[in-house]
Amino acid sequence: MFLVEPAHSFAAVEIHNRSGSSCIAQNKLCPGWIIDNFDRYTHPLLQHVYLTVVSVGIGFAIAFSLALVAHRRRWLVGPIVGLTGVLYTLPSLAVFFLLLPITGRGTTTAVIALTSYTLQIIFRNIVAGLDNVPAEAKDAGLGSGLTDRQLLWRVELPLALPEIIAGLRIASTTTVGLATLAVFAGAGGLGSEIVTGSNITFKTGVVTAGGLAVLLALALDIVLLGVQRALSPWRRVQSA
Amino acid sequence: MTGHWCSGRPQPAGASITPVAGAVSAKRLRSSSSASPVELRGVTKRYPGQHEPAIGNLSLEVPAGEICVLVGPSGCGKTTALRLVNRMTELSGGDILIDGESIRARPAAELRRGIGYVIQHVGLFPHLTVGENIATVPKLLGWDRKRIAVRVEELLDLVSLGKEMRARYPAQLSGGQRQRVGVARALAADPPLMLMDEPFGAIDPINRERLQNQFLRLQSEIKKTILFVTHDIDEAIKMGDRVAVLQKGGKLAQYATPPELLMSPANEFVEDFVGADRALKRLSLLRVRDIELWKAPLVRVGEPTAAARTPGDADISHPLVVDDEGRPVGWLSERDLAGETVPATPRIAPDPILELDDVLRDALSDLLQSETQYAPVVDERGRVAGVLSIAIVSDFLASDDAAGLAIPPAERVGT
Repeated sequence: MFLVEPAHSFAAVEIHNRSGSSCIAQNKLCPGWIIDNFDRYTHPLLQHVYLTVVSVGIGFAIAFSLALVAHRRRWLVGPIVGLTGVLYTLPSLAVFFLLLPITGRGTTTAVIALTSYTLQIIFRNIVAGLDNVPAEAKDAGLGSGLTDRQLLWRVELPLALPEIIAGLRIASTTTVGLATLAVFAGAGGLGSEIVTGSNITFKTGVVTAGGLAVLLALALDIVLLGVQRALSPWRRVQSA
Repeated sequence: MTGHWCSGRPQPAGASITPVAGAVSAKRLRSSSSASPVELRGVTKRYPGQHEPAIGNLSLEVPAGEICVLVGPSGCGKTTALRLVNRMTELSGGDILIDGESIRARPAAELRRGIGYVIQHVGLFPHLTVGENIATVPKLLGWDRKRIAVRVEELLDLVSLGKEMRARYPAQLSGGQRQRVGVARALAADPPLMLMDEPFGAIDPINRERLQNQFLRLQSEIKKTILFVTHDIDEAIKMGDRVAVLQKGGKLAQYATPPELLMSPANEFVEDFVGADRALKRLSLLRVRDIELWKAPLVRVGEPTAAARTPGDADISHPLVVDDEGRPVGWLSERDLAGETVPATPRIAPDPILELDDVLRDALSDLLQSETQYAPVVDERGRVAGVLSIAIVSDFLASDDAAGLAIPPAERVGT
C-alpha cells in the first residue's frame, strides 16, 4: 500500500499543476507552471546575456590595455591592482545607487558597475599569464630578432592565452551572478524575475530565474573553455 | 668539395676537410654558405652601481669559419661577452665588428636576424610546432611560404631529425631533439655567425657527447664562425679551433689553440683551470700517426728462424711476425724460435693492433687495458707501420713536439 500511494498522489499533483491553482497557491516548486510560463523568461534571459557579455567584453578591453601598458612599466602593476581592487570591494548595490544620479536608470548604469567588477580579475590574470612566459623563450625570441612588439604578439600573448581565458571564465561566471542585481538599476535581466514586485517570495519563479542564471554561467564557461582549447593546441600534446 | 660552402669568399686557412663517417652529401651542402670574421675591440661592459666592470677592455679576433670557445669560471663575463655581440646586452665601451661592420651600424633586431643564437635551455616556443619554430627568422625576413617550407625540410635533414618531427610541439621532444631544433632554428636564415651559450649544458653526459660530435660534423659542413660559451674546459678543448680563457672581469687570460693551451698555459690561473690532467687531455688531440713510432723487428712467415735471432731493437724483446702482405700475425716467442721456420700462427697473438688514425688517448687506453707495454700499429691497408709503446707516449708528452699538432675539431669525433 505504502509503495503505491506516493505515485498516486504525484499524478494528482501533475493534474493540479496543469490547471495551475493549488501548487502555486501553496508556493511550492511547480514544474507545470514553469512550462506554461517559460516565454516570460526569454526577454530577461537575453538581457542577462547582453549585460554579461558586454560588461565582460568592455572589462576585457580595459584590463587588456592596462596590462599591456603595465607590462613594460612594471611599477604600474601595484597601483592598478590597488585601484581595481577598490572597485571590486565596493558593494554592487551601493554602486548602482551612486551611479543613478549620473547615468540614470538603465543598462548603462548596470554595465558600468558590472564592468568595474571584472577589471581586477581579468587584469591580474593577464599580468600573471605574461609573467609566466618562460624567460628562455623570450630570450630566444629577442635573440632571433623579434622586436618587442613582435615578441608580445607572437610569443608572450599566445603563451599567456590559457591564463587570460581562465580570467575571463571567472569574470563571466561572477558577472552572471552579479547581473541578477541589475534589476535595481532598472536594467532588467533575470533578476527582474526574482524580484518581481510582491513576487520576491514566489518560490517557483525564484528557482527558475536562478536556475537559468546558473545554466547561463555554465554555458559561457563551456564556450570559453572551448575557445581556450581551440587556441592552445600545444597544451594538450603528450609530453615525450 | 672545396669552395661549396664559401660561395665567393676565400676559404679560411686550414679549412680543407677530410670527410668523416657518414660523408657529406651533396644535398646537405646546399644549405651552407658564408662565414664572417668577428673582432672584439677593447670591449667594455659596466653595470650601473658596480665598481668593477663585468668586462674590461676585451679584445679578440675570430677568423671566419672557426669555432672560438669562451671558457672560464662562473662570473668571468663569458656569457655577457657573448650577449654583447648580438646586443642582447649593450656595450659600454669599445666596439664589435662582424665582417668589418660595427654591430651598432644597424638596429638591434635587424642585426640579430643575421646572427644565429642558441641558448642553454634552447628556448623553443612551446606554442609553435617544430616547423614553425625553425621558420622564425625566415618569417621575420619575409620569405615566401614555399621557400620557408623547403628550408625547414632542409634543416630538419641537416640536424638529423625526421620529417615527421615538423608538426610536433616542443613538449613532445626529448632534450637532445629540442637542442637540435634549437640549432636548426638558429641556422634557418643561414647566418654567417652563430652564438652558442652553453648549448649542451642541460643535456646528460652521454647525450651531450653525442650532440657535440653531431655538431662538429655539422660544422665541418656548414663552416660557420661560431662563438661558443662553456664553463667546461673539456668541452672547450673538444669543440674549439681556438679557446679564449677568461678570468674574472672578462680579462683574457689566454687565447690559443687547444694544444697550445694544454702545452703552455700562459699563467697559473690557466694552468689551474686547464687542470692537472692536461697531459692526458693533449693526447685526445693527437693521432697515433702524429708521433714517431718504434721500428718493429719484422720477420716473415716461413722465413728461417735463424734470421729472426739476430738482435733487433733492444726495446722490443720479440720479433713481430707479418704475413706476405705485411700484416701482423703475432709476436715470435722463445719456443717459436726453437722451430726451423717462422710459424704462421705464433704463440703470442698481436693484441691489440692499433691504427695510425687512432686517437692517441684511445690507443694508450688500449695498451693499458691489454696490460702490454707496446703494440703494432698498422696503416690503412693493415700493414705494419711501426710499434707504439707506453714509453713513447710518455717521452712524447715530456717533449715539446706536441705543441703544434692537433686534430681539427671536426675530426675529433666518433672513434
